[in-house]
Amino acid sequence: MADKTSSNAYWAANIRVITISLVIWFVCSFGLGIILRPALKGIMVGGADLGFWMAQNGSIYVFLVLIFAYAAKMNKLDKEHGVDE
Amino acid sequence: MDQFTLNLIVVGITFALYIGIAVWARAGSTAEFYAAGQGVHPIMNGMATGADWMSAASFISMAGIIAFGGYETSAYLMGWTGGYVLLALLLAPYLRKFGKFTVPEFIGDRFYSGGARLLAVICLIVISVTYVIGQMRGVGVTFSRFLEVSTDTGLYIGAAIVFAYAVLGGMKGITYTQVAQYVVLIIAYTIPALFISLQLTGSVLPQLGLIGSYAPSGGDMSFLAKLDSVVTELGFKAYTGDSANYFNMFLFTMSLMIGTAGLPHVIIRFFTVPKVADARSSAGWSLVFIALLYTVAPAVGSMARLNLSTTMWPAAVTGSAFSGPAISRADIDSKPELSWIRTWEKTGLLAMSDLNGDGMIQYVSEPADLAANTKAMGEAKAALAKAAEADKAGIEAKIAELTTAREGLLAAAQVGTSGKTFAEMGLTGNEVTKVDNDIMVLANPEIAALPGWVVAIVAAGALAAALSTAAGLLLAISSAISHDLIKGSINPNISEKGELLAARVSMAGAIVVATYLGLNPPGFAAQVVALAFGLAAATIFPVLMMGIFSKRINKEGAIAGMLVGLIFTSVYIFIYKGWFFIPGTNNLPDTAANYFFGISPLSIGTIGAVMNFLTAFVVSGATKAPPQHVVELVESIRVPKGAGSAQAH
Repeated sequence: MADKTSSNAYWAANIRVITISLVIWFVCSFGLGIILRPALKGIMVGGADLGFWMAQNGSIYVFLVLIFAYAAKMNKLDKEHGVDE
Repeated sequence: MDQFTLNLIVVGITFALYIGIAVWARAGSTAEFYAAGQGVHPIMNGMATGADWMSAASFISMAGIIAFGGYETSAYLMGWTGGYVLLALLLAPYLRKFGKFTVPEFIGDRFYSGGARLLAVICLIVISVTYVIGQMRGVGVTFSRFLEVSTDTGLYIGAAIVFAYAVLGGMKGITYTQVAQYVVLIIAYTIPALFISLQLTGSVLPQLGLIGSYAPSGGDMSFLAKLDSVVTELGFKAYTGDSANYFNMFLFTMSLMIGTAGLPHVIIRFFTVPKVADARSSAGWSLVFIALLYTVAPAVGSMARLNLSTTMWPAAVTGSAFSGPAISRADIDSKPELSWIRTWEKTGLLAMSDLNGDGMIQYVSEPADLAANTKAMGEAKAALAKAAEADKAGIEAKIAELTTAREGLLAAAQVGTSGKTFAEMGLTGNEVTKVDNDIMVLANPEIAALPGWVVAIVAAGALAAALSTAAGLLLAISSAISHDLIKGSINPNISEKGELLAARVSMAGAIVVATYLGLNPPGFAAQVVALAFGLAAATIFPVLMMGIFSKRINKEGAIAGMLVGLIFTSVYIFIYKGWFFIPGTNNLPDTAANYFFGISPLSIGTIGAVMNFLTAFVVSGATKAPPQHVVELVESIRVPKGAGSAQAH
């Protein structure tokens, strides 16, 4: 812990990235796939309504993108704050 | 070549491959045994984690559950994948930076308490043992169906194979074997799906087939609309129909997600990558390989459901189910393409009975009151067969009463959307008396009349799924015993060689226990999975997350939180499923009407996790802050720099 301010800034930036990612995670799975499904019946993805498709396939694709985007963003943050290995 | 020989050859080749890999990747040190020496590439680790994660439940059961449950069971799809987001963001990189071997070890160090570590070991063993029983059963069932040996013999063969490579190779051997097993299981799962999707929708990719159009009727109708129309015509719930309880579905999905992120055998996979950055991407790669199966699963389930329905009602392929006759018993007994029905009838997982004696097998849904009558009648007849002479008259009177009531029900109840009653259709009930969820994936290639080698590969895939998960669980159990119990508390001065021996002996012991429980299943294999996920969600995940994201949570808070999560969750499950799963000891019937706020025992882990968090915050606030060295530990795991390799000391 040579540089305490830098590591505090790094942690704050990390928490911000995590919060944004978790909001997307929640909205796409629990939001579109479950809570909002009845309200979104009119929007179709091929032969399925949006909520149904998000629940059975779509949310999984979002999860994938989310993890890799998070990993890339954090690698960048690691370098900026000089805490990479 | 007959199907049996083909199965034997394909399964034999895959087993030889696993053993070969295990001999090549023998573990020489504790670091290699527990964490594969941390030299595993993230993509390799991702595949291995995929195989580790996808158990007999994912491979054999999930698509079948979705096939009959429809939209509502999407909870499994989202829950068992969304947990990886939580792992990647909230746990994996920090636990990798911590740089030790086991989950209890982190809990013990972070909360500076041997008691917390011991409590974590107990949770871990309960979770892993309940899980491993299911895998051993899966191995037994698959062997008995495809290699035509008894379930018990199948179990012994499976146990011997796992013993050979897990005990020898440790995490290193298991990891490389799992890579091979992943390849086998994903091929086995997707090949039949590609064929079937092409047949039904004209689209090779099952993910597109699911939302594509239904080919046999000329493509003017979407596949899902066709499926909905066929199953509702027979009186079943529409596949895309609404959830009966969105609130419970929400909680169930959340329980599975948090539970996934809290399963020890999954978490330890992220101790095996070289760097902190790799732990993040490794979770992503794991999910890539898991998603390959999970995005195909709803297509497998829904298409198998349609194929099953149209097999029973051939006219449904192009039009209304009732516009033609149902399948005849004579056809089932003679036609080679229907031989799968006969084979599965032998296992007892599929049962048909020509109740009205018209030579046809009518597969329809019985409305609730009629279904209740059928159930009561079945129970009464079973009781009659076992009853003492003196009790028989009473039971016979009961059966006569049910029979009279049934007449009225048959005259009133409608057959699906046919507009006619059971009596008008000449039916006395649903003549497919049992379709077990588990047969859908295994019978899928046969239902769709695919070639014999596809059937053989599916057998090898189901075995790969069960064996790889069993090995991962056994490793988690053995490291908890040898590293956390023996080295951590009983004999801290044990040599590395001694610890390695202890790890191997405890793994061998765990295999013996798992085999015994597989041979003598306590009769609650399905229910205990709820307990495993509920406990992982309510104990391990919250305590790990708080240990990383809060410097204030102390020993007292963590222990109180884990205890509250553990006790609350198990008690809620026991109230409905029976105390310690002993049948008949449940306080309330296990039906939706009796659940508190409609929360099923499967979903209670979410509430348990919330209670764990709240308790830990309140208790920590009222007791003194953690010591300085623990605050420094938390600060150090938050930055990737200087992770190095894992240390035993």
